[in-house]
Amino acid sequence: MRIDCRHVWEHISAYIDGEVDATLRAEIDRHLETCEICSAVLDSTRNVVVLVADERVFELPFGFSQRLHARLDRELELAESP
Amino acid sequence: MTAPHPEFEADCIRRILAGERQLFHDLIRPCERSIYFLLMSLLRNETEAEDAAQETAIKVYLNLKNFRGDSQFRTWVLSIARNEGLGRLRKAGTRREESLEAETDEQTGDYTPAILTSWREVPSEALEREELGTLLRKSIDGLPEIYRNVVLLRDIEEMDVRETAAVLGVSEGAVKVRLHRARALLQRDLAPKLEGFAPQKTAGKGLLGWFKR
Repeated sequence: MRIDCRHVWEHISAYIDGEVDATLRAEIDRHLETCEICSAVLDSTRNVVVLVADERVFELPFGFSQRLHARLDRELELAESP
Repeated sequence: MTAPHPEFEADCIRRILAGERQLFHDLIRPCERSIYFLLMSLLRNETEAEDAAQETAIKVYLNLKNFRGDSQFRTWVLSIARNEGLGRLRKAGTRREESLEAETDEQTGDYTPAILTSWREVPSEALEREELGTLLRKSIDGLPEIYRNVVLLRDIEEMDVRETAAVLGVSEGAVKVRLHRARALLQRDLAPKLEGFAPQKTAGKGLLGWFKR
């Protein structure tokens, strides 16, 4: 059975995460071989996922860690043992 | 993100409870990034998120004896962070309980991706350009909360489905559905905007060569 584009889109996220079963994966792969739209949709989605995961996109505010540990130091001194 | 080390954590906790308080710094350090960004995702304000992150760390310390070890330490910590964030939203009256709770996973939205016929990959090196990071952050920030939280934990902090579900108090199925929708929304928003960040095609190389001469 040949699956259509919409069917591929429904599973793109699971496909990227390697969470589709072997049969469905094979069907999607077969579809991708001949469908340039789905290939582009898959590649662009995967590209977006890789980019947002890059540590440079979300960086802690400058000095965050120092301020956190300084505050903890004050609290640890005051607080009773947990 | 630093991968959790259950044995290190268990040993640390035992020693902290026995009086080596200073070890708490080492225990909480691998979690601080996740704590902050989860709170940022909820509170959407840097100052507020930082303050809430500090409060979370203190609460973790004070409640350390209640950690049972039946979940990962980080999962437990992030649940405390999430409660801290939700508490603040409630207090400020900014959390629209009903409307947020009404965002169920059954809702039928339009999750059609941006239709493209070809894609030129944007390499990670393109992140050297400040505008690209801004674009990505803006797009994530524009997601509905239930999707934003899942993207943050799954794709940005790289937690597995199980841990994400535990932190957010939803089923693993819901995490998968939300992540799928979130990625589709991001692709639809970003794909047309990312084009300019892809390296020039081979044809462009010739042009660059011409400029160099």
